[in-house]
Amino acid sequence: MPDIAHGFELPDTEGRLHSLEGDTSVATVVVFTCNHCPYALAWHDRIAGVARDYADRGVRFLAINPNDSERYPADSFDAMQERVRREGGWPMPYLHDATQEVARAYGAQTTPDVFVIDSSGTLRYRGAPDADHGDPSQNAAWLRGALDAVLAGTDPDPAETKPVGCSIKWRFP
Amino acid sequence: MRELGLDPDALQVIRLDTEEDAARERFAGSPTFRVAGEDVLPPGGDEPTGLTCRLYRRRDGRPSPTPDPADLRDALAAAIRRKELADA
Repeated sequence: MPDIAHGFELPDTEGRLHSLEGDTSVATVVVFTCNHCPYALAWHDRIAGVARDYADRGVRFLAINPNDSERYPADSFDAMQERVRREGGWPMPYLHDATQEVARAYGAQTTPDVFVIDSSGTLRYRGAPDADHGDPSQNAAWLRGALDAVLAGTDPDPAETKPVGCSIKWRFP
Repeated sequence: MRELGLDPDALQVIRLDTEEDAARERFAGSPTFRVAGEDVLPPGGDEPTGLTCRLYRRRDGRPSPTPDPADLRDALAAAIRRKELADA
């Protein structure tokens, strides 16, 4: 796991740009995710629930879709916009990593792949939201635990878990 | 498979590496379960083929990367019955 989070600036589904830098959040959660992966879909409600639960504690969430939308049209920018509209809005902006540079810089492997970054820009947790995509009662426990630790000024335990999901759909060179 | 009297060692895992392979095999995504060449949970007719992840729904509607075990069990049982009828 790299120590320092890479900066970026990406557009959300409303066309607004979001940066990692220059934000006053206590912590930022970057979630690489997408529209078509069943693992990402299975975990989505749990991740969105954490975003809602921690919003008033100074934690911001940035969901990033890095998939190659030429081979996977379900992950196109238009499809991202349509999904957010259809679902009545998300509790976090949904960003498009069209060049896949951000996903590569983070070493993201799967959708989902979760990174928790503290206010100094240090990566504090990386991996899966919880231990089982098929068990909603897990309630994103690893992610919640990592955020609770960062908010309390302690080290997350675990600080890293194996990301589980569909491989990121990289563009062919 | 054991519950249904099938030999788990008879399971074949086939890896597809190219979009051409996927199109030729009418492959709707990974994982796909087939018995005697037939998809046990056939995708919709407009489902594109390709090297992608396949989305299933559990019986309670939750999205899942694998079929609901009960659906898979039922589909396998139905496939066995069809084969028995065909062989009779």
